[in-house]
Amino acid sequence: MPQPIQLKDHEKDAVLVRRRVIVGLALVLLLIGVLVARMYYLQVVQFEHHSTLSENNRVHVQPIPPNRGLIFDRQGRVIADNRPSFSLTVTRERAGDWKAVLDAVVEVLELSEEERGLFEKRVLQGRRPFEPVPIMYELSEEQIARVAVNQFRLPGVEVAAQLVRHYPQGAHFAHSVGYVGRINEQEVKQLDPVNYSGTHHIGKTGIEKFYEDELHGQVGYEEVETNARGRVLRVLKRTDPVPGKDITLSLDLDLQEAAEEALGGRRGAIVALLPDTGEVVAMVSQPSFNPNLFVTGISFKDYGELRDSIDRPLYNRVLRGLYPPGSTIKPMMAVAGLDAGVITPTTRVFDPGFFQLPNVQHKYRNWNRSGDGWVDLDLAIARSNDTYFYDMAHKLGVDRMHDYMTRFGLGQRVSLDMHEETAGLMPSRDWKRARYRQPWYPGETVILGIGQGYMQATPLQLAQATALVATRGKWIRPHLARSVGGQPPVDPDPVPDIQLRDPRFWDYATHGMEQVLHGARGTARKVGDSSVYRIAGKSGTAQVVAIRQGEKYDSAKLAERHRDHALFVAFAPVHDPKIAVAVMVENGESGSGVAAPVAKQVMDAWLLDEEGRLKPEFAPPVTAQGNKP
Amino acid sequence: MSGNFDRTLSREDVLRRRASLLQRLHIDGLLLVLLLVLAAGSLFILYSASGKNWDLVIKQGTSFGLGLGAMLVIAQFEPRFMARWVPLAYLGVVALLVAVEVVGHTAMGATRWINIPGVIRFQPSEFMKIIMPMTIAWYLSSRSLPPSIKHTAISLAMILIPFVLILKQPDLGTALLILASGAFVLFIGGLRWRWIISAVAAVVPIAVAMWYFVLRDYQKQRVLTFLDPESDPLGTGWNIIQSKAAIGSGGVFGKGWLSGTQSHLDFLPESHTDFIIAVLAEEFGLVGVCLLLVVYILLITRGLVITVQAQTLFGKLLAGALTMTFFVYVFVNIGMVSGLLPVVGVPLPFISYGGTSLVTLLSGFGVLMSIHTHRKWIAQV
Repeated sequence: MPQPIQLKDHEKDAVLVRRRVIVGLALVLLLIGVLVARMYYLQVVQFEHHSTLSENNRVHVQPIPPNRGLIFDRQGRVIADNRPSFSLTVTRERAGDWKAVLDAVVEVLELSEEERGLFEKRVLQGRRPFEPVPIMYELSEEQIARVAVNQFRLPGVEVAAQLVRHYPQGAHFAHSVGYVGRINEQEVKQLDPVNYSGTHHIGKTGIEKFYEDELHGQVGYEEVETNARGRVLRVLKRTDPVPGKDITLSLDLDLQEAAEEALGGRRGAIVALLPDTGEVVAMVSQPSFNPNLFVTGISFKDYGELRDSIDRPLYNRVLRGLYPPGSTIKPMMAVAGLDAGVITPTTRVFDPGFFQLPNVQHKYRNWNRSGDGWVDLDLAIARSNDTYFYDMAHKLGVDRMHDYMTRFGLGQRVSLDMHEETAGLMPSRDWKRARYRQPWYPGETVILGIGQGYMQATPLQLAQATALVATRGKWIRPHLARSVGGQPPVDPDPVPDIQLRDPRFWDYATHGMEQVLHGARGTARKVGDSSVYRIAGKSGTAQVVAIRQGEKYDSAKLAERHRDHALFVAFAPVHDPKIAVAVMVENGESGSGVAAPVAKQVMDAWLLDEEGRLKPEFAPPVTAQGNKP
Repeated sequence: MSGNFDRTLSREDVLRRRASLLQRLHIDGLLLVLLLVLAAGSLFILYSASGKNWDLVIKQGTSFGLGLGAMLVIAQFEPRFMARWVPLAYLGVVALLVAVEVVGHTAMGATRWINIPGVIRFQPSEFMKIIMPMTIAWYLSSRSLPPSIKHTAISLAMILIPFVLILKQPDLGTALLILASGAFVLFIGGLRWRWIISAVAAVVPIAVAMWYFVLRDYQKQRVLTFLDPESDPLGTGWNIIQSKAAIGSGGVFGKGWLSGTQSHLDFLPESHTDFIIAVLAEEFGLVGVCLLLVVYILLITRGLVITVQAQTLFGKLLAGALTMTFFVYVFVNIGMVSGLLPVVGVPLPFISYGGTSLVTLLSGFGVLMSIHTHRKWIAQV
């Protein structure tokens, strides 16, 4: 090759490498020396120490599970506490032939083969050596006695007392407080293995799940010395667990009971919240179930009954029930129309009983087929006039409507601490394009104006939207916990208040709602007439689509279950709103006839004293305007 | 006198013939003997550490066989041949590491494997353990020594790319081993002391930055636990407390084979993989540990002799780096089990149970043998 080759100085390289190799070897020997020194230190200097440590194979570290925090209602009544319960534990290392021991347990307690299989599964679940595994819970006196008598046949088997969750209020708060259950295999992977090393239960739903970290507390541990057979000789060191925090809920047991009674055995949902604090004081989803069944493991039969019941007791209607909000949305629409400037309080629309888009044949009908004639805003809300709102929706357009309704919390999760909540749906052009690959049609805007079409909301969202009218746009997320470990919950992501061009727009919406109950032509005036305080409300109906179909075919039942759901939202007293309520009665058909009286009863229970008078703290100021009708 | 002379001659003759047989197979006799000693010791300890599990012992024995086979095959290739293909191999393995990132198989929270269902499942990072020192040795051997700033920087870039990819899997132990294997080439190649000292000084700020930006929570936990094992007696601290108790209670002569109570009563987790030295220390005491260390020292010394005697610069750099990396394995594993270093998950070479690490390590020794035996071959021709 003509190219000149750069000659390398091989000798110089070799010397360099040799020097580095010598340094490397020195380093190796030095570090090996360190290892030998370390081993010498552990095996000779500290031999005595480690030898005793391992002699009786002895120091065991045992976790001490913390006590779970208690849950109270707003008046300090216990909703969830911990009860001692006796369980049977097996420690595999001490049992010897543990399968034979399980056979003996089954024989002593006269149990079934099925249960033995379950025990075996539990024993094999992951754990550290010498840790007792509970295989059976809630032993009866007799079972404890039988184990005691046969103890000699049952090495490694012990009866252990532990605290187990108990819900003294039974079904009342099953949907809001939720329940705890045994930690399952999936949850094990997510959990901090150290902090849960002695814990067997975890919050599965509701408050129990949402505040799991706070309720659980910090594990403690105990270093115990044992003999070769694993029997504890003495405690060397103990670090106490930190118990979980107590939680006081904003829920009120009395009001909860009153609300359930108002529903009177019908299927449905009620949310009552305090507008100025966002505290949820009653949350009813009927029918309900007994959460105590789930704590130590529900039987297949019980679970099957709950799951397969056509009434769906496990279904949280408040947070997960999606309904077209219907006419209950009209006051919020009115606020949107006023603020956007498409209507004024005096705008009048002629209602011949239907609405038509320009140049379109289709008639969008008012519920009152004969028409209400000339209608202004006040009357449109009081009469729930559809034509007026079709017209307004058309002028407002879907984009602005979506914007305003979103600010009222529709189509999004509104709560602070209810993790089961679903977002509902407030449709938009973008949503429809993404979902159906279709453009938005004007007719869809029109029906959106009366809360029909694609729109879906939960009872909680309706209650919150109503509370926003009551507070004139002041946004506080609804929450169930009043204090956690003595501290009020903090909203990490507060929602901005709704600012209107003119705050008086709120008054027009409120006045219209007041006319629903107290106006001469109001749809719920029967309910308003009997009230000692003034209520602002709005009725609505939700067509049955979402409820599951294709259940057992029973024509009578099916027909009943295809009737509309009755909705009613309200707040009271009008002059200074202290409570906001949303009621949904499944297949109740009439919002004003069925749901409104329920809402009224709930508000009565909160606002009135025993003699049926407004409690003094809720009464209007003495200087108020008297009783103008 | 003359008879004596004849006898000496014939003995030398025999030795030469024997040597030439080994030579022809490209085997280094001393390394082979030491490896076989370790293999026997490993199976012996494993039988005890696994609770007399014959299946495991047989599996490990099979892995040894496979590894030795791989070693012999690799030893047949000339170093020149390896140098020619190494850039391509490097790019290929980096591509595989990227593939792991994209389509990798996840197990136990880490994405380290490439899984072709029904065909093969492997960790590309294992290949890098051999390819990394080869790549840097290939790069530096055709440049003038000691390496200039530019060549050092390029070498570091070639080291850091796979390092970061493996760190992301996350697999701190392997990433550090690969970093070390590349860095040792630079060290053997005469990287200036001034720079080495600066780099060591830079470890502190880099460690701080890693703490905040790279390490996963569980890795931080391991470091914290290392600093204060008593702080977490229920979790990661448990391993260290128990393994120290196992080692310490072994004393000078140990409790005897199959009599280690710590390991046999399930106190010691991972007793047959990463923590196997604790079983050895418990059952054979300080004497047993020292004997093992002597075998390791002999292996390392032999590796360094091969380094010095290697004919080409590529061979020297590669042999030196492989040997030093092997030592890092030993030091990190024993250091972590005895509580000197944080637990990073590095097996004890040739003793811990696990086929992959065996095959990788033996492949490395195959490379050493190739460097050594081909030198002689060339020299004789």
